[in-house]
Amino acid sequence: MARKLPARDVAIVGLGWTGSILANELTDAGLNVVAIERGPWRDTATHYAPNYAQDELRYRIRHELFLRPAQTTFTFRNKHGDTALPIRTWGAFMPPNGVGGGGVHWNAETWRFLPSDFVLRTHLTQRYGAPFLPADMTIQDWGVTYADLEPHYDRFEYLCGTCGTAGNLQGKIQAGGNPFEGPRSRPYPNPAQQQPFGPTLFAKAARELGYQPFPQPSGNMSQPYRNPLGVRLGPCTYCGFCEWFACANYSKASPQTTILPVLMPKRNFQLRDNSEVTRINLDPSGKRATGVTFVDTSGTEWEQPAELVILAAYTIFNVQLMLLSKVGRPYDPQSNQGVVGRNFTHQTISDCTSFFDRSKFVFNPFVSSGAIGMCIDEFNGDNFDHGPHGFVGGGYMGQVQTNGRPIETTPVPPETPKWGAEWKRAVRDNYQSTLKPGTGVHGSMYSYRDVYVDLDPTFRDRLGRPLARITMDFHDNELKQNRFLTDKFAEIFQQAGAQRVVKEYRQGPYDITKYQTTHLCGGAVMGNDPKTSALNRYLQSWDVPNLFVMGATAFPQNAGYNPTGTVGALAYWSAAAIRSQYLKNPGPLVHA
Amino acid sequence: MPETVSRLVAAAVAGLLATACAARLAAADNLASEQDFGLIERGRYLTTVADCAACHTDPASNDLFAGGRPIETPFGKVVSPNITPDLETGIGTWTDAQFDAAVRQGRDPDGARLYPAMPFPYYARMTAEDVRAIRAYLRTVAPVHHPVESNQLPFPYDIRAGMALWDALYFEPGTFKPDPHKSAQWNRGAYLVRGPGHCGACHTPKSVLGGDEKHQALQGYSIQGWFAPNITNDLALGLGRWSVQDVQTYLKSGHNRFAGASGPMAEEVADSSSRMSDADLQSIAVYLKDQPGEKTSAKPLAASDPQMVAGAAIYSDLCSACHAQDGSGVAYLVPNLSLASSVSSREPTSLLRVVIHGARTVGTPTEPTAPAMPAFGWQLTDAQIAAVTTYVRNSWGHAAPALSASDVHKRRSLDSGG
Repeated sequence: MARKLPARDVAIVGLGWTGSILANELTDAGLNVVAIERGPWRDTATHYAPNYAQDELRYRIRHELFLRPAQTTFTFRNKHGDTALPIRTWGAFMPPNGVGGGGVHWNAETWRFLPSDFVLRTHLTQRYGAPFLPADMTIQDWGVTYADLEPHYDRFEYLCGTCGTAGNLQGKIQAGGNPFEGPRSRPYPNPAQQQPFGPTLFAKAARELGYQPFPQPSGNMSQPYRNPLGVRLGPCTYCGFCEWFACANYSKASPQTTILPVLMPKRNFQLRDNSEVTRINLDPSGKRATGVTFVDTSGTEWEQPAELVILAAYTIFNVQLMLLSKVGRPYDPQSNQGVVGRNFTHQTISDCTSFFDRSKFVFNPFVSSGAIGMCIDEFNGDNFDHGPHGFVGGGYMGQVQTNGRPIETTPVPPETPKWGAEWKRAVRDNYQSTLKPGTGVHGSMYSYRDVYVDLDPTFRDRLGRPLARITMDFHDNELKQNRFLTDKFAEIFQQAGAQRVVKEYRQGPYDITKYQTTHLCGGAVMGNDPKTSALNRYLQSWDVPNLFVMGATAFPQNAGYNPTGTVGALAYWSAAAIRSQYLKNPGPLVHA
Repeated sequence: MPETVSRLVAAAVAGLLATACAARLAAADNLASEQDFGLIERGRYLTTVADCAACHTDPASNDLFAGGRPIETPFGKVVSPNITPDLETGIGTWTDAQFDAAVRQGRDPDGARLYPAMPFPYYARMTAEDVRAIRAYLRTVAPVHHPVESNQLPFPYDIRAGMALWDALYFEPGTFKPDPHKSAQWNRGAYLVRGPGHCGACHTPKSVLGGDEKHQALQGYSIQGWFAPNITNDLALGLGRWSVQDVQTYLKSGHNRFAGASGPMAEEVADSSSRMSDADLQSIAVYLKDQPGEKTSAKPLAASDPQMVAGAAIYSDLCSACHAQDGSGVAYLVPNLSLASSVSSREPTSLLRVVIHGARTVGTPTEPTAPAMPAFGWQLTDAQIAAVTTYVRNSWGHAAPALSASDVHKRRSLDSGG
């Protein structure tokens, strides 16, 4: 029997980016908010101080900041009919844990999706006709448009101090920015970061090939910044320890460096860390959440009653909590009915390693940041005519070399022995003269009928709850897309003067042991039709109106960009709807 | 109103005690009206300026002014008394005259002398009206029944009679006398600094008996394991390179383009100066900027000094990512070491403490970030800390005596209670 805590207006599950944004917005609205976070409290100077934060072995190799699979994990299989097995060490993605969530260890690549991404099925059907899309592709429109989200993208970017060069200011294309982006109401809050030699060379070659390169929008500060909440960030030192690491210099946008200093002292906010929410509690009708139940580290179970429940955990944990709590109809791939677990996606990433003449090229790859680099967007979304190519989707590509850290940055030609004196010599010879982006080709993954999440019938966590089961494989559309993009990408390095470009295409089957990105998306998607979406356009559950679900969980399919900018924009969009509409009249914001 | 109810209950309980009741009746004649909003509001503000809550509230408790906070003094522990209007354990039965005597003369109602942990030598400069306003405000706070034994000093300091000698040596009664040659703003600042603000309680060097060294007013003093820096206009050691606006911004927000408040000053900013009016903070700044500094002609150590060479290497490796190679830091986020007087103060207490243990700056409504310096004590040896602090104390225009490994060792021992 759970011990019952005093009721709160709002219970938020997870205190990462979206939990922090919602907590700050809803406490500003005068509500009494508790955030319940599975992992520990984290703070810059006490948890990732500069005298040990740059430890590649501890953070990158040994996964210091991430959830330990022993605490909970997922099972994985490629196809329906296979037996899924538990993931015992993280590979393809890295589930965050602890205050700040993925916002602590991200690279801070802060993109907006294309306007056409939000109306994807309508757009592609109009341009190419319905038969152009694979029959089992389940992409759909989001229910929100780019114009709806623009003010909220803007809020998130100004919160983060995003550094970049605008490409489209109120409809006017700007030199040096991304000409394909949707119109922005004002410039980025900070100028783009200074580019090292590698990205500069890449951009020159891209221009020579007729492309329009631009700096990647970055949450690593190009200069000191004070955000609208009054919180300050320092200038990036280009140390190259961003992704998988926490920034020790107050230089990378994270909940810790942008919101928490304002949120934590509020008297109407409470944080319970090291507490794992085990279910959303529903009243007997199943149509209303009464709060959540969580366990602390001593195994004691607590009930936290609340008027409003916000799921703000990592994508797949939101889906798992909905399935475990019987919120919404679980997706059944056989009948193609149900919504929770449906339209689950990841990303389609590939890379090139480009070897240059070491007597002429010294790239100093260690001078870097998580989101530094020059990109092109000619092959993203529907920025090009897909008609001749027989696939849909795309991605940005760029020389975004996030680090030159010693354990991982050992680029050698493929025929080099894997160890020994020859390998060492090759590493020494090539370290300074090789370009290898952290993420070179950042392709979309669209949604399919047979890629989904459900509850595993066999494997359970330490509390006896079924693990979430991922069924995922690459489809021909994505593999074709990747081949096309990777070839285009390689051409740019050849143009830049590389003596040799080694292409590393993404190939099927989907491999859960190979890191791509942590951008798991979907599973409880937003939309206009309750038959094909778990959430309405405000991220409100169709079935339980006092439950809102944040994060990339709501993406109907994944675009060819990093998701956090859109995750932040959606959080502000949803918070605005809660504040301006829901609180005045609690109930469904959309009547289907 | 629960507070009203609790006051009634407290009054009823106290009513059983004939003596207390008599005292209350006797006091009733000369009390300010409990509805004098203007006086009470002014008293609330002055209570903030005087930072009464800092000592008279136990940080572990929600009972404002109920006392019980141990105050570390060089002579032992004094525990702050309950100054809520509770009739039995607070000051509810005191007359305004008795309150004034405690605040401005250091005498309790039976005539016994208070220890100067209560900064009455400063409060003596306050006007009778201001003290009366504080009293009027304190009458309105919730009475808390909380008995406190204040005097926990060891022999012989526990003998209050000894305070007669102390008072004779160090206590100068008399309210603040404005200097007719200075501006009204300067005089307001002087009143606040020397009176209710009691800045010298921490920032003025003390004699062995804990009295102010008056000829060194505001020139810095080690207290509670920190060095309260020189806040005169001294160019090298004080506020000489700060503008009036820099001082004002620091007091208001805990931060300015050079520095951030941590340690006891963080507490002062949070509880007191961040809540003061801009006009008063500007007056304080004007006054402090007019205070003469020390006469020093120290020369920095040569860059070739072995400690400087080692210190420069450690600084470059561990400190420069945030503080920059030239010590300039990041405005409002990372202190500018080239302009931080606490770096080169004659006593390195704060410098060593911050390097060894780290420190968090204060977060305020205007500057909520509250950035922190991480601890390096676990990573660096005594000799390494001595080298890097010596380097910082003798770079970018600073000149201060070198520190040795044994200085660092001593600091570590003191901080660990050894």
